[in-house]
Amino acid sequence: MLKAFYHLLARDLRLAFRLRHELANPLIFFVLVVSLFPLAVTPNAELLQEMAPGVIWVSALLSVLLSLDRLFKQDYEDGSLDQLMLSPNPLVILVLAKVAAHWLLTGLPLVLIAPLLGLFMYVPAEANGVLMLSLLLGTPVLSLVGAIGVSLTVAVNRGGVLLSLIILPLYIPILIFGANAVDVASDGLSVRGQILFLGAVLAMSISLAPLATAVALRITASR
Amino acid sequence: MSNTNTSPSILETRQLECVRDDRLLFSGLSITLAAGEVLQIEGANGSGKTSLLRILCGLRRADAGEVLWQGEEVSGVREDYYANMIYIGHLPCIKGDLTTLENIRSLLDTRSQSVPLDEIDQALAKVGLAGFDDVPAKALSSGQRRRILLAFILLAKARLWIMDEPLTALDVQGVALVESMLLEHREAGGSAIFTTHHGMQLPCEMRSVTLGIQQAGKC
Repeated sequence: MLKAFYHLLARDLRLAFRLRHELANPLIFFVLVVSLFPLAVTPNAELLQEMAPGVIWVSALLSVLLSLDRLFKQDYEDGSLDQLMLSPNPLVILVLAKVAAHWLLTGLPLVLIAPLLGLFMYVPAEANGVLMLSLLLGTPVLSLVGAIGVSLTVAVNRGGVLLSLIILPLYIPILIFGANAVDVASDGLSVRGQILFLGAVLAMSISLAPLATAVALRITASR
Repeated sequence: MSNTNTSPSILETRQLECVRDDRLLFSGLSITLAAGEVLQIEGANGSGKTSLLRILCGLRRADAGEVLWQGEEVSGVREDYYANMIYIGHLPCIKGDLTTLENIRSLLDTRSQSVPLDEIDQALAKVGLAGFDDVPAKALSSGQRRRILLAFILLAKARLWIMDEPLTALDVQGVALVESMLLEHREAGGSAIFTTHHGMQLPCEMRSVTLGIQQAGKC
């Protein structure tokens, strides 16, 4: 079972590294959007610092949302998804492997580049750590919950709008607590509550979202 | 629930019914497949052949009736069923960016089967892909990509083959290869269910079921 997890994860990572241009897309989107704000709005440090948590978190969220499509799309179109569902291994484990690969390829790069964007936006040094931590806890949830939406819409042509409608409401709590954590940290206050909440949501998503995704995939396949 | 494992059938359907977009494709379909039996599903386009195969392998839910693997409802013995059954749909399930060898490996990994390299090479040689191990699948023709699947079938060593249009994109030698594979599989006591529009000549006993004669119009 662990082997199946590892093999699928390795396959997805290998495939992604063969298509490097696609790999960089979410990261470039994230960096571009955030770095346009100082240019378009104001170079005023105080104002930018005020906006920074929201801007960075919204950009990260949209960046993940845009990349969700590739989670199951290719596998659905070439029939590999059928083979995954016909595996003697539990589908939940395979789903978890696919989501893990997705996070390693989209979420993790965002977490790593975030401090640089924090500098662009005059986020104080001590809040930059919180920014990374909040993204580290939050982006896996975006991938996990996003997978539920993708598995429901993968069979729909141009399901992008539908996907956003299903997923965005579920993303809102993460967005609020993630951005708020950075905001509060910038003011030098304790962020224990926000971080604990993000951690709790992550624990809940890891245990429940793959189950929902597996069921949704079976429904999609039975059409 | 009658769990009579004494019956020689490995796959059995009882009163299967399939409705698609308010159209009744088939109903009351009962099939028994014994070990060493080959069954061809016939029928016009849109008569529900693919739907039937997807129901048989548990990808699609039947609108009525049940599918039994060795006398037990498939959904209850999924792990055992999937370890002994292989399904090849009309989609290639081949990744263009992976090599032939990587494609086979990843398909086998999904089934939790690890096969030594020389065995894979033997299978590739048998399906006419010797020397193509390190070629990315996108550089292969569609017939060659189907042959990767044939190698996968050989290596998976499943007792039951469910194949949707296995002859798609294959040349004359390819068709002959599938026929000989089926024959060998049958002699080894394996069973197969397949659909095809091409004539398949097997020098052995082969049953066939034809879908879509009795139904015309509404349900």
